[in-house]
This record gives sequence, C-alpha cells and structure tokens, in this order.
Amino acid sequence: MQGYYPLFTAIPLAAAFLNLLFSKISKKVADYIAFLACAVLAVMAVRMLFESPFVYKVGGWLPPWGILLVSDGLSSLMLLVVNVISLLVIVYSTKYMTTYTAKEKYYSLFLLMVAGMNGVIITGDMFNLYVFLEIASIASYALVGFGCEKEELEASFKYLILGGVASTAVLFGIAFLYSMTGTLNMPDLAQQIETVGMNRALAFVIALFIMGFGLKASTVPFHAWLPDAHPSAPAPISAMLSGVLIKALGVYTIMRIMFNVIGQNMLVSSILMFLGALSMLVAGLLAVGQSDFKRMLAYSSISQIGYVLIGLGLAIKPGIEVTVAALGLIGSLYHLINHAVFKSLLFLCSGAVEYRTGTRDLGKLGGLIRKMPVTGVTCSIGSLSIAGIPPFNGFWSKLIIILALLKGGYFIYGAIAVLVGFITLVYFVKLQKEVLFGALPKALSHIREAPFAMTLPLVIFAILCIAMGVAYPLVDNQLLQAAKDVLLDKVGFIDLLMGG
Amino acid sequence: MVDLDQEIRDSKKGMTPIVKTITRFVMGIIVMFGAYIVLYGHLTPGGGFAGGVILACGYILLTLGFGKDVSLKKMNNLAASLLDNLGVLIFLSIGLLGTTAGYFFLNFIDHGQDFKLFSSGIIPLCNIAIALKVTSSLFAIFLALSIFGRFVSTLVEEEE
Amino acid sequence: MILYFLTLVLFVMGLYCLVAKKNIIKKIIGIVITEYSINLFLILIGYRKGGVAPIILKGMDAGVVAESSVDPLPQALVLTSIVIGLGVLALMVAICLRLYEKYKTFDMSDINKLQG
Repeated sequence: MQGYYPLFTAIPLAAAFLNLLFSKISKKVADYIAFLACAVLAVMAVRMLFESPFVYKVGGWLPPWGILLVSDGLSSLMLLVVNVISLLVIVYSTKYMTTYTAKEKYYSLFLLMVAGMNGVIITGDMFNLYVFLEIASIASYALVGFGCEKEELEASFKYLILGGVASTAVLFGIAFLYSMTGTLNMPDLAQQIETVGMNRALAFVIALFIMGFGLKASTVPFHAWLPDAHPSAPAPISAMLSGVLIKALGVYTIMRIMFNVIGQNMLVSSILMFLGALSMLVAGLLAVGQSDFKRMLAYSSISQIGYVLIGLGLAIKPGIEVTVAALGLIGSLYHLINHAVFKSLLFLCSGAVEYRTGTRDLGKLGGLIRKMPVTGVTCSIGSLSIAGIPPFNGFWSKLIIILALLKGGYFIYGAIAVLVGFITLVYFVKLQKEVLFGALPKALSHIREAPFAMTLPLVIFAILCIAMGVAYPLVDNQLLQAAKDVLLDKVGFIDLLMGG
Repeated sequence: MVDLDQEIRDSKKGMTPIVKTITRFVMGIIVMFGAYIVLYGHLTPGGGFAGGVILACGYILLTLGFGKDVSLKKMNNLAASLLDNLGVLIFLSIGLLGTTAGYFFLNFIDHGQDFKLFSSGIIPLCNIAIALKVTSSLFAIFLALSIFGRFVSTLVEEEE
Repeated sequence: MILYFLTLVLFVMGLYCLVAKKNIIKKIIGIVITEYSINLFLILIGYRKGGVAPIILKGMDAGVVAESSVDPLPQALVLTSIVIGLGVLALMVAICLRLYEKYKTFDMSDINKLQG
C-alpha cells in the first residue's frame, strides 16, 4: 500500500483527462469513469486507515532535497472525509446535472478539484502544497460559475478575485519562509523554526498565512465570497465547496502549518480564537435574516467553521495543560467531520428541492414534507444535527468544544459558543418551518419525490449522522485520537524526516 | 490542402499581403526554434513550457495573418482537444512507469553521458509531453476566446 | 535591500489597481501585477552577491559552479508560479467576456445583482 500513495492524485487526474478524451466518442461514458475513479479512491482511503505512519519519497530523492508525501493519523482522517463525500456527491450529480449542458466538462473539473484536495492533504512540502491548492481553487472557480447565468458569473468572478489575492498572500508567506530557513520541506522547516525561535519575520509569515488560508476557510473578515459563491453554484458543487473544500484547503492547512511547522505560539492562539468567535457570532446573526435557502446554509457554514477555529486556537496556546488542549482538539476535529457530513446533506437536500420545485426562495416553499418524504426527513435529521440536539452527532462536538473552553478558563468565549448554539437552533427551526412544514402553495401541488440517484446519498448521509452520534466512542478511538496525537506532537513530526 | 499563394492574393481575409508573405517565411523558423527549445530543455534554459508557448505563438501568428480558416485547417478544435489530453496522459504514464521501477517519477531510463542530447533519463520525454499539452492548450484557449466565443460571434452577426 | 522594498511597492500598486479602479479589465491587470511582483520577489531571494548563472557547460567543474552560483531553486518555483498565473488569467478573461455578454457593461459597480 505504501507504493500506491501518490495514486491519490494520479487517479483523479488521469480520469479527468481520459474523460475528456472518451467523451468525444460517446457522452455516456463520463458518468462511469467518474464514478469508477471516485469509488477506487474511497476504497483506498478506507484502506489507509489501517496503515502505520510512513513517508514516501517522490522520485527516490532523499529529504530535505526531494518532495515528501506524509501519511499519518491526520491525513488519513482527512482523506477519508474527502473521498467518501466526493463519491456520494458524484452519485447525486449523475441525475442532478442533467439540467445543465456540458456534463462531461463538469466531471473533469470535479475530478481535478478532488485531485487538488487530495494533493493538499498528502503532501509534506510547502511549495507542493501551494501548487495543489491552486489546482483545487482554479477548478472550483470554474465550477461555481458553471451555469453561466448572470448571478453565477458575478459570484464566480468575485470568488476568483478574492481567492487569487489569497493565493498570492500564501505564496508571499512561502517565499519569506524559504528565505528565512533555506528549505521547503515541512519537517525540516519545523526543525529550523524551533532553533530560530520567534522573530518579526515569523510574525509576518503567520499574518500572511492566516490571511491567505483564512480566506480559503472563510473566517469572518475574509468571508465575503462565500455567501455569493455557495448559493450560485450547482447544488452538488455547493455541497463539495461547503462540506469539503473549505476544510481541506483552509482548516487542514492551518492545522498542519500552525501545529506541526510553527508550533505552540501565543500570537496564533489569540488570533485564531478571536477570529473563530467573531465568525460564529457575526455569521450566526446574519443567517437569521436570510430568505434564500442556500444563502442561509452558506452563512451557517461560516458560523460552524468558527467553532472549529476556536477549538484549534485553544489547543495551540503555549502553557496550556495537555488534557484541555486534547479536549479542544478532539472537539474541533470531530466538529470538522460532523460538519462535512451534515452540511453536505443539507446542501444536497436543497438541491433536491430545487430540482423538483425550481425555486430556492423560502417564501415560495412550504409543506414539502408531505410531497417529498425522504428529502424532508433527511433534511430534518441534518437540521437537528447541526443545531446540536442529542443524540445526533452535532451535540457531542459542540459540547466538547464548550467544555474545553470553560475548562481552559475562557468564560466569555464559552458563553459566546453557547449563545451561537441557540442562534443556530433558531434559524434552523425557521428553515424547517418555512420549507417542510406549513401550508403547501398551490403552484407546488404536483411535485413528486426526487429520483433514486439523488435520494440514495441523502439517506446514506442521514444514517452517517445518526451513527456518528450514537457510536461516538468508536469514532473517537479509531479516528480522532490518532489525529490529535499527530497534531500535538511536533517532535514526532520532525522525526518523520529521519525515520520514514 | 491550402493553396497559400491564392490565400495571399485573397485580400478579404486576414491582413495585408506583406504580412502574409513574411508569415509564410517565418512560420517554419518559429516551429523549428520552438522544437529546439523543447528538445534541448535538459541542457540549456527553456524546457517544455517555454517551447510550448513559442509553438502556440506560431499558430496564433498564422491565425492573425491569414484568418481563421487557414489555421483551423492546420489544427482544428477537435485536434487541439485530443492532443491536449494525450499530452497529459503521456506525462502521467511516464510517472506511473516510474512506480513500477521504484518510486513515482523515478528517473528509470539510463542516464547516459553528460551534455549529449540523449541523456538524463525521462526528462526529455516529459518535456515533449508538456510541450504538446501547452501548445494545444494555449491554441484552444485562443480559439475559444476569439473565434468560438459567443461575444465575438454576435458582433460579427451585427456587422453582416 | 532597496530592491525588496521596490517589490513591495509593486505589490501595493497592484492591490491599489485592483481595489480602486472600476473597470473589470483594469482589475484583472491589477491582479496580474500583484502576482508578478511576488514572482520577482522569489527570484530576488535567491541572489548571491557575485554569483554566476547556475548552468554547467562542457569543461566546467560542477562543484565550482555549485559554490558560486545563485540559488536555482527559486527559479524553478517561479516557473511553476508563472504557469499558474497564466491559468488564472485565462479563466478571468473568459469570465469577464461572459459577464460583458450578460450585463452589457465592463463597469464593476453596475454588476451588483447579489447583495446582502
């Protein structure tokens, strides 16, 4: 299995271009190639969970001159999330994308995006991270504007410009790091930064990285692209963007760089906690007043990512006791995978509603649970999970983050987290009332349930929501503990350079 | 086959006859120079991307000088798309062949002697694949933005 | 030292052009200037005083060239970065043409259908 590690990026790339080649002959082939590629990737990602950590030297070049690919608990967790959710979204989009033209180009762009995200997760070299970050970002800019209507093009252009400036800031930071230390290899960088210590150049680099990766992760001062881009994109792309892309490109890179390369740092801790609290509060309050289904879900995404960042900020504080840091990290990682599952579920539900009724406006919808039972029940399960009702999975992760904040002595941040939990409940109850319950408008009295290819992923996501909530100790032992140990252990990360 | 002398005298399409004659002379030199930069990429500065850009600029010169019909006969939309994908697939298969010999992108062909044309393993083959991809990609972008773009075709309809 | 400062001035000029101009094409040019200023900064990092170009010709000793040449790694990074910039530029221009077709204007302040 070790020899097949680069295939996580090679298979989607090959499938994307084979897709374009074969679809000149027959258009039906695109569905099967994309599904086959994602199925193989999902199986490989599940297989990676059972491997011990290793390091893969690309091209046989020894580190620190060559590019390393790193496999440990954190990257296995993220690979599992990305690839399983892409498989389910591809199954959904075989039916949904029939309303758009140029379906085979959609599949190629989608597979390029998956290749970029996998590349960001598996790499152990800073510039390689930048290259794969750009591949995934460019594919997502094109996918957001896929429908080529007025609003979609405007949203895509806004996203493109803001994302372009963020990538430039990241490249600037990488250039600074290279000039400070002379190496681009992540374990080697970690070693050099430990010997050099904190100075003004490192503070500038931290500021640039938080600006660049924070925009990709949509924290509040940099969130302006997300409420326009997520609603305008086709529904499976909204699910991928909100469920996976902002985590793999934004939150994962912040975790890897701040914890493993830069290390424990008071500056990073206070910034991350402040930005996290700001995201939670501002986005939560803005979400209450929305009248568009997907725009409300988009603001809710910003709010939940704030939860993850506040847990990360707590864990990176120097001098904090290990149990509190571990609690904060476990809460953040768990909320990360929970949010991937239930936000994808909610966006796919909104897509099913739009496929059948043709509208996203909350004022025009109502009473859909009688006509679309599967979509309605799964949407309710998703909403209850995200609002934090036991025994669904959202409750546990929010509880752990709030407990970690209170144990760490941050009472104000803990109170804000509880308050935002209530606000989340408020706007999701509003969503349920407007969309599912209530009176059915005259214009919608003839709709039927969504097709099977679209309801199957919804059911699987709903089962995952319930299972991850009920079987929490299993998830904790297998997945989260390994990832948390990797993040807290900077010396072990440097040792990968020697061992491997 | 396109009769270029007739095309030069046909002044309705493309630019003036001076431009067309010079383009005829210069095209061969541009293609040769681009191929030289690609093939000697492991010995002198340049390589796949730079050579590919030069070749694509040669095609764009042909389009600008003679009009779109002549250049579409040389490489049309379908051929550009096919060559594009073929370039990437060749590059990936070179990388995967390295996997069978050890690591991904391992340089598994015999390195040969220094400073010769046939040396340093897989690098010239990768350069050729990259040049193929970059040439056809840039030409396809140019076609899509200028000739097949809907913006231009509505303007052309208004003129006629 | 003053060269690095001038690179930063170029970066800020590109950002100013992106923020303050209303025409979409001028914003695109602003992004391109910003990206190229970062490429310039990357190459400047690898400079060594009195260094030669990192090319080995026939009859030169590889060790001597490696001792006295400028750093070749940032040059490889910049090649990749230029290609990425080209990809983003192509996508920006394509979206800009489609925007003109839908909104009939290049003025960014008229393109404001999405609010809130």
